[in-house]
Amino acid sequence: MSHMHGTRFLQGNIACAEGAIAAGCRFFAGYPITPSTEVAEWLAQRLPRVGGVFIQMEDEIGSISAIIGARWAGVKAMTATSGPGFSLMMENVGFAAMTETPIVIVNIQRSGPSTGQPTMPASGDVMQARFGSHGDYAVIALSPNSVQEMFELTVEAFNLSERYRVPVFLMADEIIGHMREKVHLPEEVETFTAPLSRRGARYYFRPDPKTLVPRMQVFGRGYNVHVTGLTHDERGYPATNDAKVHAKLVRRLVEKIERNAERIIRVEGHHLDDAEVVLIAYGAVSRSALAAVRELRAKGIKAGLLRLITLFPFPERLVRRLARRARLVVLEMNLGQIRREVERCSRRRVHFLPKLGGELHTPREIVRFVEALK
Amino acid sequence: MTYLELLRRDRLPHILCEGCGDGIIVNALLEAIVELGLPREKLVFVSGIGCSSRIPGYLLFDSLHTTHGRAIAFATGIKLANPELKVVVITGDGDMAAIGGNHFLHAARRNIDMTVICSNNYNYGMTGGQVSPTTPRGWRTTTTPYGNAEPPMDIAKVAAAAGANYVARWSTASPLQIKESIKKALTREGFTLVEVLTQCPTAFGRRNKLRSAVDMLRWYKENTVALHHARELEEKGVDLSAKVVVGEFADRDRPGLVRLLGLVKEEKEEEKKEEPPAEERAARRREEEERLRKARKRILEAIAKLGTPKIRRMIELGMDVEKIEKELLKHAR
Repeated sequence: MSHMHGTRFLQGNIACAEGAIAAGCRFFAGYPITPSTEVAEWLAQRLPRVGGVFIQMEDEIGSISAIIGARWAGVKAMTATSGPGFSLMMENVGFAAMTETPIVIVNIQRSGPSTGQPTMPASGDVMQARFGSHGDYAVIALSPNSVQEMFELTVEAFNLSERYRVPVFLMADEIIGHMREKVHLPEEVETFTAPLSRRGARYYFRPDPKTLVPRMQVFGRGYNVHVTGLTHDERGYPATNDAKVHAKLVRRLVEKIERNAERIIRVEGHHLDDAEVVLIAYGAVSRSALAAVRELRAKGIKAGLLRLITLFPFPERLVRRLARRARLVVLEMNLGQIRREVERCSRRRVHFLPKLGGELHTPREIVRFVEALK
Repeated sequence: MTYLELLRRDRLPHILCEGCGDGIIVNALLEAIVELGLPREKLVFVSGIGCSSRIPGYLLFDSLHTTHGRAIAFATGIKLANPELKVVVITGDGDMAAIGGNHFLHAARRNIDMTVICSNNYNYGMTGGQVSPTTPRGWRTTTTPYGNAEPPMDIAKVAAAAGANYVARWSTASPLQIKESIKKALTREGFTLVEVLTQCPTAFGRRNKLRSAVDMLRWYKENTVALHHARELEEKGVDLSAKVVVGEFADRDRPGLVRLLGLVKEEKEEEKKEEPPAEERAARRREEEERLRKARKRILEAIAKLGTPKIRRMIELGMDVEKIEKELLKHAR
């Protein structure tokens, strides 16, 4: 056990870096960008001491390329960035999805578009996490709301990426990344590594019929595996003109997440059983939302909170169920990205309270908004 | 082992055009590997996008066919994650010098241990023959229908200036030199680059009055000048601006990034060899300390015989030497 453990007072970004070490990450490639830089700085110091490698690349495109390369060389790898760097990474997010490379990408979100507000929090990149690269694919995105969760969900992100062979995003925001809180870091964490396929097997990209996930290979062990971002058959060989091969592959890339969605999705509910108004929030906003729910309850309004821990795959069934018996209020630091998901699942217009400019919703604002609904 | 055993024969026939120079590169590369006797499982081929980037798909090794321009960045991750692997990047002029220019510069600057084989065909062949950063001035492509107005990039000189350990440039008209340079590159620490000027009669030659592979190879034979000749000719005042200089542009032995980061295994063993003298020094220091401790003890015992019971007790309890000294002085008075 080489990660920091015990009770500590840590910054979110540092807890994330320690979570990576705990999860078995031994390669980090990154490029400095506010407000994620502390993740890189911490790992630059820590990784060489636990037998890992840190490299500052020439840009974010190089960073994500290097971590994909490292994973194929058999080492768990991560990068961390914020909006502008996240945009640059999108091409190879698609490459990682297409080649089913398990990697973790941390996005400490700041206000966009473009350079925007480098030091201010936002949740404006969540739809980019889902749909940012071209073509059809599926990913997993997690949203921490505390320093403790920066550690725990980073470990979870690695485990999910290895289990489903998919890029996993840790979509934190500047508040959670830069906040300092007391955390309890366990001595041992549960880790998972993608099982390797049999050497010399010709069909390296043949999926397990149940999970739809193929077994992993590693360079340097005599697999002679060919990995390409082109449409490929189950041998991994390009089959760019074959409609059937392409449809089968891309459907599987999406289905392997959708079919396992119920196993992947994590949410946190507060007072949902009898709630007449359900607030839906994630990240830093969910902390204000919880305070607002308590205040509303004290005032006799039956409010509840659904906090999304997994953003994608989206908890469609749960939201649909809640929409049948309660009014839904979505709170976000953007102009309604998860609101669209909620509306899609609930098949009705939902109430929406956005907050832009880097300020967090206050509980008071949320309470007033809910009271005005009556 | 013959080089035919190093091909993925289940992938043939290949997609490259008739007359393409990439076959000459593959030939030289595989012969170099066979002659060096490199173990197959320790070689990894990485490529980006373009005609030459398709080559790793036909080689029976671990191979990663990546996105446009990024091969060197992917290769950087592979090499640092497992320094035991020999990483070979196969790329082209558009892939490496244009879209991947920054990764190329920084890999050469870092002197990261990898061999890059750049198939320079002066144009974007895969997309039908557009101008590339190496297209000479005046030559026609589909996007320079009136002749290329821009000055070209000299890949080999850029690599040498950026810090690569070994840089060579040859044309496909001299396959033996290509093979020898690849062998040198594969066995050299640090960043090594072999640029191969190659013929693309299909997309480039036919627009420039060089319709066949033979025409293009003849053009290379007539228009390339070896580096040492070029120096002599330039001293005599001969204008070589229309010629292409070939040869070895860098041949150095600077430490590669893997060694600079302390990721080399042999180096750790060397450190261990240096450790015994350090241990000896520590042992000597311990002996010296022990000697002094014993001397101090004897002096204190001698003093105790002279002193009062109080002083004896103070010494027995190991109290502060200054306090004992005070008590002794008091007693002496």
